[in-house]
Amino acid sequence: MLTKSEDWKPEYQNLFTRVQVRGPTYPGVPLPAGDVPREGGTRFVHLFGRFGDAQVGPIYLGQLGILSIVFGFIAFEIIGLNMLAQVNWNVSEFFRQLFWLALEPPKAEYGLRIPPLREGGWWLAAGFCLTVSLLLWLARTFQRARQLGMGSHVGWAFAAAIWLYLVLGFIRPVLMGSWSEAVPFGIFPHLDWTAAFSIRYGNLFYNPFHALSIVFLYGSVLLFAMHGATILALGRYGGEREIELVLDRGTAAERGGLFWRWTMGFNASFESIHRWAWWFAILTPITGGIGILLTGTVVDNWYLWAVDRHFAPAYPQLWAPIADPALLQGAPR
Amino acid sequence: MSLTAKLGLAFAGLLGVLVVLFTFERPPVVTAQLGFRGTGMEQVVNPRLRAVSVAANRVPEAPEAADPDGDRASEIYENVQLLGDLSVAQFGRIMQAMTEWVSPVQGCAYCHNVENMASDEVYTKVVTRSMLSMVRTINVDWTSHVVQTGVTCYTCHRGQPVPANNWSTLVEGSPGLAGPTGQNLASNAAAGSSLPRDPFTPFLLGDRNISVISPGSMPRGNTTDVRQTEWTYALMMHMSNSLGVNCVYCHNSRAFSSWAQSPPPRLNAWHGIRMVRQINNEYIVPLTPLWAANPRGPADGPQMARLGPGGDALKVNCATCHQGANKPFYGAPMAVDYPELSRISAAPVTRRAELQTR
Repeated sequence: MLTKSEDWKPEYQNLFTRVQVRGPTYPGVPLPAGDVPREGGTRFVHLFGRFGDAQVGPIYLGQLGILSIVFGFIAFEIIGLNMLAQVNWNVSEFFRQLFWLALEPPKAEYGLRIPPLREGGWWLAAGFCLTVSLLLWLARTFQRARQLGMGSHVGWAFAAAIWLYLVLGFIRPVLMGSWSEAVPFGIFPHLDWTAAFSIRYGNLFYNPFHALSIVFLYGSVLLFAMHGATILALGRYGGEREIELVLDRGTAAERGGLFWRWTMGFNASFESIHRWAWWFAILTPITGGIGILLTGTVVDNWYLWAVDRHFAPAYPQLWAPIADPALLQGAPR
Repeated sequence: MSLTAKLGLAFAGLLGVLVVLFTFERPPVVTAQLGFRGTGMEQVVNPRLRAVSVAANRVPEAPEAADPDGDRASEIYENVQLLGDLSVAQFGRIMQAMTEWVSPVQGCAYCHNVENMASDEVYTKVVTRSMLSMVRTINVDWTSHVVQTGVTCYTCHRGQPVPANNWSTLVEGSPGLAGPTGQNLASNAAAGSSLPRDPFTPFLLGDRNISVISPGSMPRGNTTDVRQTEWTYALMMHMSNSLGVNCVYCHNSRAFSSWAQSPPPRLNAWHGIRMVRQINNEYIVPLTPLWAANPRGPADGPQMARLGPGGDALKVNCATCHQGANKPFYGAPMAVDYPELSRISAAPVTRRAELQTR
């Protein structure tokens, strides 16, 4: 059944699809015995159909999904209510200052002990619930992939992001011996924390793992753009049927490969491009996490570390060097 | 397109326009290179806003120099403690100038009992004497900061009895669930960021350590954490905002802590921090009992708070003098026309203990 009039002409549209096919909804493969049934039923949303699949649902939550949402909701509520308390339960002030508000980790004097709730205990509670929620969701992505007979690539990619989250909020603070080393929950506050982190440790741009992380981040963007552009450009030859072309190279694959060999001498294959993209994406948080983990534990000033290792360049200076005034005799503190 | 989609798009467009109009600074932006190419050593200035700031930071014209001969002020007037060695003409000139600088609306009566000019009964006169002593200390002892440009009462006051830019210690509420952190609300002190809202109490009243970066590459006992760094960061944002400059006006873009690579203004700023600390501790805070006795100012006004919400004095920070200019009045010399403000004070500073026994 077609939603458009009968005189439609077949046309190929890559992103915005004006022609939508409506058949019976597809509930998915049968679930193994003992699994919680899928939720929410199925329906069509015309707007979604314009840039993706028009069918919404069913959703499989299962025990892991439900527990994950419950823990995530608790963390969200703890953070939100702390923010609301911070503005004395004034709702309009809460919305006005929302981007500035935060739930801070405990102060340095508490070390790794559990502080009173209002002194950072809520931060620990929220962090615990959020971590449990993320790990449950991770387990769920593995389980769902297994149920569909898929590989676990999505789960591992998510695990890479969780690694960076855990380094920032748990592993590094434990190694440093204080929860105060962790990141606050808040929009501007976590950004200010990030800037202050780089300042405290002598400029994170000299941290080679930070540099690698940036390479993989920008590299991911570049690969995504190159791949997306290639497939769209090959749409007229059926290039979007990538998986078929992995097994049986057609003219689309040949043209795409030739294009990149002509322009840069080398081309990824229809299969390997997805491995390129996946590794670039997951190496972003993995290398970033290593960089954070080494900061303060192994290296305390990245600029001076780069000077020690002779890779910080020397620049001509347009003014005479000045001495640290605090080192002069009789200087005020 | 459906009506809902059209309305949605129109709303999103309007929101976008509002965000651009009200959160971005309208160009042009001029970038001046301060250091070696490619190192980000650049000063960013908006000439349109700079013109406004320059117009707002003009030095008033100085009255003609007075005849230095004739009777000394101390011989003619009673109770002239600091300016007694001036001639009567010079004394009249500086009194006139101070009135114009500090209380042009209220006139002499802001500090004096006009029936008996020698009397110290109006508390503002005692404050003024201490402030005069402070100006001399700044001009004589702190040339490391104010160099030969110097300061006058007008540098801070700008025709107002209470300088517009001041600070008092933050008083935080203590909402049950969330303990006080001193940050995470839009911070006026730190240029609207979520950084600490009162970086002045620890650094410009107390002498807490401002430097946070380790002098060596390996961890060797520097226990400063990121949160403490945010306090220093907030102070730096205040300085940057007060002076209308970027970080690299004083710091090297790649190594903030390195003195050897810092532009020379950093040395000046370092002394400025110590100067402000001395001003607050030795001149402002000791006067607190006088303001506590007159928390809304003298009876004839202007009626405005002379103390912060915590009952402490309104104190000095970088913005008090600089007011958005890298050098107050963009470096125009003013103190040179008033040599009496650059002499070593003969009289001791009014100390807190003396005030409390009054």
